[in-house]
Amino acid sequence: MARMKFLCDAERCIECNGCVTACKNEHEVPWGVNRRRVVTLNDGVPGEKSISVACMHCSDAPCMAVCPVDCFYKTSEGVVLHDKDLCIGCGYCFYACPFGAPQFPQDGAFGLRGKMDKCTFCAGGPEADFSAAEFRKYGRNRLAEGKLPACAEMCSTKALLGGDGDVIADIYRNRVLKRGKGSEVWGWGTAYGKPERQPSAKPGA
Amino acid sequence: MRKVLALAIAAMLPLAAAGCGEQQAVTVYKQGQYQGKPDKHPWDNDQFKGDKLAWERAIKARNDIQDETSRGTPTAN
Repeated sequence: MARMKFLCDAERCIECNGCVTACKNEHEVPWGVNRRRVVTLNDGVPGEKSISVACMHCSDAPCMAVCPVDCFYKTSEGVVLHDKDLCIGCGYCFYACPFGAPQFPQDGAFGLRGKMDKCTFCAGGPEADFSAAEFRKYGRNRLAEGKLPACAEMCSTKALLGGDGDVIADIYRNRVLKRGKGSEVWGWGTAYGKPERQPSAKPGA
Repeated sequence: MRKVLALAIAAMLPLAAAGCGEQQAVTVYKQGQYQGKPDKHPWDNDQFKGDKLAWERAIKARNDIQDETSRGTPTAN
C-alpha cells in the first residue's frame, strides 16, 4: 500500500462545495472550523478554476517539523495525524502549513485559540477505533471501516480523488490523456511519469 | 613598547584569520519524536481483526470505484 493522497482535478471541480458539506456532516465539525474548503481562482471570470483544499498529508510535513510539543505522527499509510491531548494550540503549524489546513476553534472570549483541528483523511486519531472519544476529538474513522475519505467518495464529478497515491495518479493520468490536453504542462512527466500498469493482452488475441 | 605592540598584533592575527572562516549557515532540522499516545493500524479492529490483506482489498475496491472509465467493465488489473 502506497501513501494516501488527495488529488483535485481543476477541470472537473464545479465548486459545488459537496466535499466541504460531506466533511462537516461526517465528522460533525464545529462552526468556524473548516477542515476542507473550495478555493476558486478568477472567480466570476470566464475560465475560472476551483480546487478543493484540505490537509495534503505531506510526505515531509512542515507542521510536524515546527510543532514544539511533537504531537504529530504519520501512520504507515502516510496519513499525518496529531494527538489533541498533547496539542497546546500555539498555532505554529498554521503558520508552517502552505495550505492553511490547521484550524483552530475560536468560540471563547478574548480570542481564545483552542486545540488544532485538521483533516484526518477520515482516519480518526490516537484513540480506540470507533470509540466516542475518537469521534468527539477527531471525527469518524472511515479508513478503519475499509472506506476512503467522505469528501472524495461523494464528489459528484469525481474531481476530488483520494486514496492510494499510485492508483489516483493512474486515474488522473488516464483521464488527462483521454481529455487530450493538460499533459503538456511543465512538470507533468515528473509528477505522473508513464503508466506503470500496461493493459495486458487479452487471452487468445 | 614596540615589542609589546608586535606581540599583541601577533596574538590578534589568529583571531583576525578566524573571521575569514566559513560557517555552515543552514539549519539542519532534527525531527522530534512523537510524544503522544500510540495509534493502531486501521486493520487492527473488530471489523478486520488484524487482516491487513482484507483491509487492503477493501481500500483497493474503493480506490478503483473512483475511476468511472473502468466501472462495469472487468479489467485485467
